[in-house]
Amino acid sequence: MCANRYSAAEPVSRLVELLHKLPGIGPKTAQRLTYYLVRMPEEEARSLAEAVLAVKERIVLCSQCYNITEADPCSLCSDPGRDQTQICVVEEALDVAALDRTHAYGGLYHVLHGVISPMNGVGPDDLKIQPLLSRLRSGEVRELILATNPNLEGEATSMYINRLVAPLGLKVTRPARGLPVGGDLEYADEVTLGRAIDGRQEF
Amino acid sequence: MARPRTYKTQGVVLKQMPLGEADRILTLCTHDRGKVRAVGSGVRRTKSRLAGHLEPLTHVRVSVAEGRDLHHVIEAETVHSFRALREDLDRMSVAVYLCELTDSFTAEGAPSPEVLDLLLATMRLLESGEISPMLVHAFEVKVLGHSGFGPEVQRCVDCRSDLEPGDHLYSSSAGGTLCPACRVRSEDALVSVSMNAIKVLRFLQREDLGRGASLSVSAALAGEIERLMSIYIRYVLERELKSTEFMKLVAATGGRS
Repeated sequence: MCANRYSAAEPVSRLVELLHKLPGIGPKTAQRLTYYLVRMPEEEARSLAEAVLAVKERIVLCSQCYNITEADPCSLCSDPGRDQTQICVVEEALDVAALDRTHAYGGLYHVLHGVISPMNGVGPDDLKIQPLLSRLRSGEVRELILATNPNLEGEATSMYINRLVAPLGLKVTRPARGLPVGGDLEYADEVTLGRAIDGRQEF
Repeated sequence: MARPRTYKTQGVVLKQMPLGEADRILTLCTHDRGKVRAVGSGVRRTKSRLAGHLEPLTHVRVSVAEGRDLHHVIEAETVHSFRALREDLDRMSVAVYLCELTDSFTAEGAPSPEVLDLLLATMRLLESGEISPMLVHAFEVKVLGHSGFGPEVQRCVDCRSDLEPGDHLYSSSAGGTLCPACRVRSEDALVSVSMNAIKVLRFLQREDLGRGASLSVSAALAGEIERLMSIYIRYVLERELKSTEFMKLVAATGGRS
């Protein structure tokens, strides 16, 4: 019997543990990243640590659209060039980036920070739905675009919001459902294909 | 390395949970393998060939590769998409509840074709007809029956004597009604149950889904059955079902979306 098994120094094992908590990082990847960080020049390591802290210290949620931002209200909400009469509702802050990259939309956003998931017990109160309603009641918004993900949970969320805003008499729209660019017709499921045909457009 | 064994089956996608970057873990109620949990690789990507076929509430034919730990869906083809259920908030909230009940009352590796048939039949009725609370209760009574928890409403669960007309008590721990003589001795938490509610439960047990669903009862009686079933199911499962709250919330907001 050997007297003492090798165990990594405490700071190392602590970092491994913390990295392991990140999404998509397994135990092996966490170890690899840690040993990479050990060898990293101190300057780089310091700026990484500072970047992590800056995210926590300087990033807040925009009080209007709940997007993550450094300044409140965020750059999108305070941009006078944006159409103030349209609000596009998305599940996550990442979706704002994805939609804005298209340059096809020039209105405002509203981030729900989640999606109604009846089977996982996530209800409307866990999302930023109430702030959306107050925005709609007070503002000059004329069109609400419900751009939740085209899956069961996203649809549940959109249908629920649609029901809540119905009394306000807004124009409520959602992105078209259909065939993805570069996709293959024969693999499309019947719901997608059905909606693609329903929403067909003249050449 | 040995090639993974694959099998084909068909069933309903009950729920899904995100896994890693773009995958999901799916839970299916299948015809010949009971409940199956399998990974749908890449189904969160827009261009996934599988994604649309593996949404919850879809009746789907799948090929599954057996892995060491988790199984993987390699092919999927929709049998019936139940589009009308997913495009109507009221129907969807009920269908999700049916799926959660099915998930709770089936086990992996225990084939239960009759439960799948029951689920499919209920979803078809829900899709084509009005939303009837009695359809949901008929499903509850029958799925409880298939898993051995069917409520005993013919006789007293204790002394086995036939129930006399009149009000009785329902014992969740014994899974049925108690006659007045036995209720004195029982120390369990009991729920009072009227003779009319007992008759409705008997009817739902005996008749097929369609007849059960078309049974019309007073609001008070419907409320009584709803309370009784929810207390009993919570007792059997030892937990609250997650989808009930949303179903009630949706029903309360009323109207059509």
